[in-house]
Amino acid sequence: MIPSEFDYIKAKSIDEAISLLKDGDAKLLAGGHSLIPAMKLRLNRPTKLIDISRIAEMKGIKQEDGELVIGAMTTHYEIMTNDLIKKHLPILSQAAELIGDVQVRNKGTLGGSLAHADPSADWPASMLVTDAVIVVAGAKGKRAIKAGDFFTGFFMTALEEGEIVTQIRIPLPSANTKSAYVKFMQPASRFAIVGCAVVVTGNGSIDDIKVAFTGVSESAFRDTAVENALKGKKADTETIKNAADQAAEGVSILSDHFAGEEYRKHLAKVYAKRALTEVA
Amino acid sequence: MCSLIGQSVKRVEDKRFITGKGKYTDDIVLPDMTHAYIMRSPYAHANILKIDTSKALAMEGVVAVFTGEDIAKAGINGVPCGWQVNFNTGETMKEPPHPLLVKDKVLHAGDSVAIVIAESRELAVDAAELVEIDYEELPCVTDPFKAIQDGAPLVHDIAPNNKCFVWELGDRQKTDDHIAKSHHVTTLEFVNQRMVPNAIEPRAAIGDYDIAHDKHTLYTTSQNPHLIRLLMCAFVLGLPEHKVRVVAPDVGGGFGSKIFHYTEEALVTWASKQIGRPVKWVAERSESFITDAHGRDHVTKAEMGFDKDGNVMALRVRTAANLGAYLSTFGTAVPTYLHGTLLQGLYTTPAVHVEVTGAFTHTNAVDAYRGAGRPEATYVLERLMETAAKEMGVDPAELRLKNFIPPFDGITQPGYQTQVALQYDSGNYHAVLERALEMVDYKGFRKEQAEARKQGKYLGIGISTYIEACGIAPSAVVGSLGARAGLFESSQVRIQPTGKVSVYTGSHSHGQGHETTFAQVVADKFGISMNDVEIIHGDSDSVAFGMGTYGSRSLAVGGSAIVKSIEKVLQKGAKIAAHKLEAAEADLEYAGGRWTVKGTDKSIGFGDVALTAYVPHDYPQGLEPGLDFSSFYDPTNFTYPYGAHIAVVEVDIETGKTTLKRFIACDDVGNVINPMIVDGQIHGGVVQGIGQALFEEAIYDSNGQLITGSYMDYTMPRADDVPMFEVDRTVTPCPHNPLGVKGAGEAGTIGSAPAVVNAVLDALSPFNIKDMNMPLTPQKVWKAIHNK
Repeated sequence: MIPSEFDYIKAKSIDEAISLLKDGDAKLLAGGHSLIPAMKLRLNRPTKLIDISRIAEMKGIKQEDGELVIGAMTTHYEIMTNDLIKKHLPILSQAAELIGDVQVRNKGTLGGSLAHADPSADWPASMLVTDAVIVVAGAKGKRAIKAGDFFTGFFMTALEEGEIVTQIRIPLPSANTKSAYVKFMQPASRFAIVGCAVVVTGNGSIDDIKVAFTGVSESAFRDTAVENALKGKKADTETIKNAADQAAEGVSILSDHFAGEEYRKHLAKVYAKRALTEVA
Repeated sequence: MCSLIGQSVKRVEDKRFITGKGKYTDDIVLPDMTHAYIMRSPYAHANILKIDTSKALAMEGVVAVFTGEDIAKAGINGVPCGWQVNFNTGETMKEPPHPLLVKDKVLHAGDSVAIVIAESRELAVDAAELVEIDYEELPCVTDPFKAIQDGAPLVHDIAPNNKCFVWELGDRQKTDDHIAKSHHVTTLEFVNQRMVPNAIEPRAAIGDYDIAHDKHTLYTTSQNPHLIRLLMCAFVLGLPEHKVRVVAPDVGGGFGSKIFHYTEEALVTWASKQIGRPVKWVAERSESFITDAHGRDHVTKAEMGFDKDGNVMALRVRTAANLGAYLSTFGTAVPTYLHGTLLQGLYTTPAVHVEVTGAFTHTNAVDAYRGAGRPEATYVLERLMETAAKEMGVDPAELRLKNFIPPFDGITQPGYQTQVALQYDSGNYHAVLERALEMVDYKGFRKEQAEARKQGKYLGIGISTYIEACGIAPSAVVGSLGARAGLFESSQVRIQPTGKVSVYTGSHSHGQGHETTFAQVVADKFGISMNDVEIIHGDSDSVAFGMGTYGSRSLAVGGSAIVKSIEKVLQKGAKIAAHKLEAAEADLEYAGGRWTVKGTDKSIGFGDVALTAYVPHDYPQGLEPGLDFSSFYDPTNFTYPYGAHIAVVEVDIETGKTTLKRFIACDDVGNVINPMIVDGQIHGGVVQGIGQALFEEAIYDSNGQLITGSYMDYTMPRADDVPMFEVDRTVTPCPHNPLGVKGAGEAGTIGSAPAVVNAVLDALSPFNIKDMNMPLTPQKVWKAIHNK
C-alpha cells in the first residue's frame, strides 16, 4: 500500500497544468479516489503528480446563457447540494447523492470521474442524457466534445495526450422535462452494477426521450432501442414495460462475481423500467 | 452507594479511542528502528526455483534480506498448532511444519518467502521489487471437499488425501439406527462459506532485542500476549521466557484473528537480534486479506430424523472443514471441540453423531472467527429445524418449542448432559423464544405477510435459536476430549498504600471494554469509586500470566479470577481491620468500603486498612505486610449462553435484493455487569452474522487467488444495511462461577445468520426453494427464484 516515489506539484492554473503535463510520466490528480489506490497497489507509477483540484478557474457552478457550466474540479458533494443544479438539472443532484460514500463525495470530482471513464462510474449515464459537452484544454488549445463522443471504450475517452477536462457545459432543459437516475449498487464498492439515466420531454405523450446506462457495458451508452420504443407514445405501464424489455440488447455485457452477464442484463431492464416509471 | 454491577457505566477507554489517543503497535516508534516488508507468494502452490536477493541488498537503505534458507540454517522451527485432534482410529493428527519463511515450496497465495528490512517502509517495499524469485507453478486445490477426494493435488506429503484428521463424536450406531427408524428425515447439503475477519487495525509486530540485557521485546497486535510468548519461546525460537517480554498494547479489534501465533511475530523477534536493531512490520490491508486467519469454510451434509409426532430423534452431521495450508494455533479445535460438541443445540435429540474431516488446501489458514465453530453448529441445527418444519407442515416456532430441553437452574436441578460430551449449566430455553416471538408479534406478522403478498411484496420471518459453550475452557473437560490444552485465567489485585487499586488481568481488551466492566466489578466488591481502580492488561512483564481474550471468556474466567483475588484481599483486610478495631473478625461486616463492628458505629475504611498493611507498626502479630493477591481460576465447566433471534426481511423478487426490516434478539448471557456494553456486543455480533448471511465471502478462484481480496470486492456490512435492533434479555445466572456470568461477545454472531437465511427462504416460500448457500446475494436469490 505504498506507492513508488513521485513528485507532487500543485498547479495554480490550467495553463500551468498543461505545461507540466508535457512530461510523459506525469499524472493529473483530481479527487484521487481512483488514482491513489491504483498507485498504492503500484499498478500506476507516475513520477509526477500534478494536483489540479485547487485551480480556481476549474471549480464552481454557474449559469451562462442557456447553459449550466460546471468546473471540472467541482466535487460530487457540491453538485449534490447546489441550488442551480437542483433547480435545473435535478438528475445530477440525484446521481451525485448515489456516488460512493461521504468521503468520496467530498473529494471526488466530476471532471476526474469523466476523464477516468470507469465503466461503472455514475456520471457518464447522466452526461449522455443531458446533452453535456465536455470542454477540454491542451497544448493545441481548447475543444468541446459531446458526451456521446467522449466515452470511447473500457476506461477510454476522446481525450488526447496532454489534454485536461476543464468544464462540463449542459444546456438548460425545457420546462416540460423530467429526469431520473436510478442505480443498483455493487454492495462492496458502491459503484453502479446498473445505473440508468432518463430524460424525457413531453406533455401527455413523449416528445423526446434519452435513456443511458452505466455499469452494464465497457462504457456508458445511450439505449436507442428503448428510446425508440417510447417516442411519441403515452408512457403507460404496458408501454414502459415493453420498452424496458428491450434494454441492453446487442451490447457486450460486463460480468463479475456480483453480477454475471444474464443477471446484469436483467437488472438493466428492471432499472430502465424503474427510471421510466419515475418520470412517467 | 448503589451497586455498580448492572449499571450502564460509560466506557472509560472510549475517551482515548475517540480522541485519537489510543496507542497501537504501529504508533510505537523506537530509536534506530528498521522497517520490514514481507515478500509473499503470488501463487497458491509452486516450487521456488531461485531467489536472488543481491540487487536488493545492494540498494542504499537496505539493512538485510532473509529468506527461508536463512531460517532453515538458523534451525528455527515453524509455528505450532495448539490443539491436538486425533483420527477416530486413534492415529495422531497430521501436523506439517509451518516455517517462518518458506524455502522450497509455497503452499498458498500469501505464503511468506522473504523479509526485506530497510531504513524506511518505503525503501523496504522498493527493495522487495529488486528481489528476484523464480517459481514453478503447480496444480492447487482450495475446496475442502474436493481436497479429500482421490487424485486431488496434495498439500503435504505426510497427509494422504489432504486429511489432517477424521474426528467423530457421539454414538454412531445409535444415530444411524434412529435415522433409519425415523418417520421423517430432513437432509441438507450446504457450504458455510469462508469469511475474512477484517479487524480495523491490520496486524503489526515490532521485534526489539536489547543486547545489554540479552532481552527480547515483542510488541504485537494480539488478543493473547502471554500465549504468544509461551508458543514462541517454547516451540519456535527456543528462547528462555524470562528473557522475552510480549506486549499487546491497544488493539483495534480481533474477532478471533489476533488470537493466534503468527510467523511474523517470531520473524521480527529473531531478525531484531540478527541486525541488532528494532524491526517493525505492519500488514498492508491487502496482506491482511490473504494472511489473517480466515473463518468458517465447512462443506456439510446434515440429516435430522423425526418421529411421527415431530420429536427430533437423531442428528447426523458429516463435515469437511477447510484448515488451509498450515495449521493455525486453534485451527484444529474450531471445527471439532467447538463445533461437534454444540450439535445438541437446545433440543432433547436422543442420538447425535458428527464426523469432521479436517482438510488441507492451498489456501490461507482457517481458524477461530467470532463464534468459532458454534455459528457453524447453529447453522446446521437451525436450517434443519426450519426446513423440517416446512417439510412436515408444522410451524417452525412450535417445532422448536416442542423439542426444547425443559428448564433447569443447575443448582437444585442438575445440568443437562448432552449426547456430545458437554453438560449444559443452566437454562430456560422456552423463555427466550417466547419473548422473541412476543417482541416480533409472530401471529400478527403472518397476517401482515399474507396481506403484503397480495400486493406483490415478499415479506419473510426467520427464527434461529442457539446455545454456545463459552468461558473457554475448563482444562479438565477439554483434556478429557483429547486436547493437549487447558485454559484458565490469572489475576492480581494490588491494593496501593492509599487504597487505590491496580488490577492485573490475563484477559486482553481489544474493543470489549474490560477497563470499564472489570473496574465496575472491582469497585462494587470493594465499595469504592471506579476512579480508584485501574485495569492493567496486555504486558507479560506486568501481568503474571494470561490466556487472553476469545471464546467470550474474559468475564466468566478472567472476571472470576479477579473475584478470587478480591476475596483474598477482603479476608486479609478483615484481619487488619479486626486488629485496629480491637474486635473479633467474626464480629465484622464489610459494606460501602468499610469494616464495621456489627451493631456498633465502630468502623474503619478500606483506605486506612490499606495504609496499615503498608505501614504495619500497629499490626496483627504474625501477619505479612502488604495487601496484594494473585489467583488462578480454572472453571469447572463451560458457560452456556443461549438465545433466540428473529429476522424480518423483504425480498425484491425483481432484483433478488433482501432488505432487513427488523431484527429481534432475546439472549440469556447470565448476569450482566454493564447492560450497555452487552447490548453493544450483541449489536456488533448480529451485524457480523448478517454480514455472513447476506454479504461477505472469501472466494478463491481455480488458481487459488483470493478474488474478494479488497474492500472493492469483499462486501462488509454497513450501517445502512441493517435496521435498528430490538434487543432484550432473560437472566439465568451461571451456577458455577462467582459472578453468575456466561459471556456475550459471540452470541450475536452465532444466533443471527440462520435467522436471516430462514427469513429470506420464508419470504420466497411461493417459489419452493429448499436451500441456498450464504451469502444470499441478490444475484443468487434471483437465480434461485428463476431456477437458473
